[in-house]
Amino acid sequence: MKFTDFREIEGRSLGYWGLLGFLGILIVAGLAAAYYMESNGHHVTGMNNQIVWGIPHVFAVFMIVSASGVLNVASIASVFGRAMYKPLARLSGLLAITLLIGGLTVLVLDLGKPDRLIVAMTTYNFKSIFAWNIFLYTGFMVIVAVYLWMMMERRMNVFTKHAGMVAFLWRLTLTTGTGSIFGFLIAREAYDSALLAPMFIIMSFSFGLAIFILYTMAAYNLTGRPLGDAILHRLKNLLGVFVAAVLYFALVYHLTNLYMTAHHAFEKFILLDGGVYTALFWIGQVLIGGVLPLLILFNGQLGRSRPMIALAAALVLVGAFCQVYVIIVGGQAFPLIIFPGKIVSSSFFDGAIGQYRPSLPEVMLGIGGVSLAMAMTTFAIKVLPFLPLSLADEDVDPHHAAAAKGTEAAHA
Amino acid sequence: MSLDRRQFLAVGGAVLASAALAPGMRLVELAEARSPDQAVTNAQRWGILVDTTRCAEGCSACVSACNKENGLQQNVRLDIRPQWIRTVTLQDEQTGYVQTLPMMCQHCEEPPCADVCPTGASFRRADGIVLVDRHICIGCRYCMMACPYKARSFVHENLTGQRADVPRGKGTVEGCNMCVHRVDEGRIPACVEACNYDGGKALTFGDMRDPASEIAKRLATQQSEEIRPNLNLDTGVRYQGL
Repeated sequence: MKFTDFREIEGRSLGYWGLLGFLGILIVAGLAAAYYMESNGHHVTGMNNQIVWGIPHVFAVFMIVSASGVLNVASIASVFGRAMYKPLARLSGLLAITLLIGGLTVLVLDLGKPDRLIVAMTTYNFKSIFAWNIFLYTGFMVIVAVYLWMMMERRMNVFTKHAGMVAFLWRLTLTTGTGSIFGFLIAREAYDSALLAPMFIIMSFSFGLAIFILYTMAAYNLTGRPLGDAILHRLKNLLGVFVAAVLYFALVYHLTNLYMTAHHAFEKFILLDGGVYTALFWIGQVLIGGVLPLLILFNGQLGRSRPMIALAAALVLVGAFCQVYVIIVGGQAFPLIIFPGKIVSSSFFDGAIGQYRPSLPEVMLGIGGVSLAMAMTTFAIKVLPFLPLSLADEDVDPHHAAAAKGTEAAHA
Repeated sequence: MSLDRRQFLAVGGAVLASAALAPGMRLVELAEARSPDQAVTNAQRWGILVDTTRCAEGCSACVSACNKENGLQQNVRLDIRPQWIRTVTLQDEQTGYVQTLPMMCQHCEEPPCADVCPTGASFRRADGIVLVDRHICIGCRYCMMACPYKARSFVHENLTGQRADVPRGKGTVEGCNMCVHRVDEGRIPACVEACNYDGGKALTFGDMRDPASEIAKRLATQQSEEIRPNLNLDTGVRYQGL
């Protein structure tokens, strides 16, 4: 197989600095929003005592889940030995780290006491899945950084497979931990399910790959480097499989609940009369994030068009955001069933659907986190060789190269 | 007798350790009463028994007393206003029977809030009172997600005029602490006191482990139950007439 030539991008154009400048403005806006929320208190957000986790948590979970999923591309190369994915592995590891940093930044800046981060890093309750996650997240960054070093330092290449294996197992554990943040909540109808851990893993596969495809297409398009159909079509087919798997898990989750009479009220809320949550589920998660991308990706004609592949990946991300919103906010909006069989009312909104309207500062904080991840990635590919000079078919696919040669020989 | 250095260190260490530990050891358990400098033990388990049949609709003596005792401001938007105790009205879906009862932290023996708290700020004191250490609460609100009784509030606004014996702070989570500052002085919680004076005498406070206490006697001889008993949390607040 050909030796892959990784090279820093030039990054001197007005467009490049313009992009970084734009992301920088969004990051500063996000920081300003966090400062505003912190100094005024959370009453300036849409969150309240009923909906305690809002848009910042949707952004954070979306990015943390995607971070672990985006590493899959590297795992396919190192752990499962698919040579074709090898040129993509460095970017995959880079995005995994930057997305995680972006997500965690949002999470931390939304805390009631972000100034006590040092407390969170030094005082632990090991029965808490949150405390485990602090180790899973920091450990993930260290392991992926080592993994990248093994990949990028030629003397260390022999250890790539081992580092890749550790990173792969760690990322499965990490997403299990993220899913279990909700799965372990016995008190609420929407959660309290072991299914959430594997569901978050498959969600990460899909979200992460969609981000990877979009970032790769954008980077190669903007830098004018060649990106062949062989690798792109393989990635988009894989994305299609993951999107279908996410739909399958959503189906099993709701069918399980529908079988239990005790959960009927909650299912009725999400599937039928939950207003914005019902709309986000059917239109956002199922239609935009599931059915439409599948129709595009597996259609003989549409699936070959680059703009349509990019559109499908973008739709997957829109659906992903809706799905996380329905899980986190929708799950809280449905009231706790403290007294089964009773109609409950109180000054503390017992028995009432939780009301939540995301406020501008919260949304700015979330966008700031996404911008941070994108800015870090875009800067990193300028200073270190993360991207191959070419992802053209003959450079990534040995079979393609051989076949091309064969055809040439036949023609000659 | 001469000691080499190793022996000297061993003997010296043993003497030092004994000197350090001896004052903490007692051969005979003394009286139950606890002075403020003594550690809380599990010799007691504080609890509240609620007789819902005595809880009148429209009465909010316990709520007012709690707000006053703990300095909870009332000029705050309702959806973010901290409520450590609230009256809940229940109507049976089948029969239409209506009843009222107070809801607050149920002071679980196995509190889910303490399980999920990443820093250990939510904790259960040895005598059964569930508290939040405001010094290490980072305001993540995971405990509010985990509480099966919706018993906790997040402080969304700047606070002024806090009570000296009731620490509170913006950006931290709080809830009923069974008036721990009063209990430690040998007094009863403000809600129980108010219910006895102005309300229907629906609340009984006491040590559930002391067989001579009224609450222990009533729990032993009368029907009572926990809310959400299927969660098996062994709550310190029990209800009659549910």
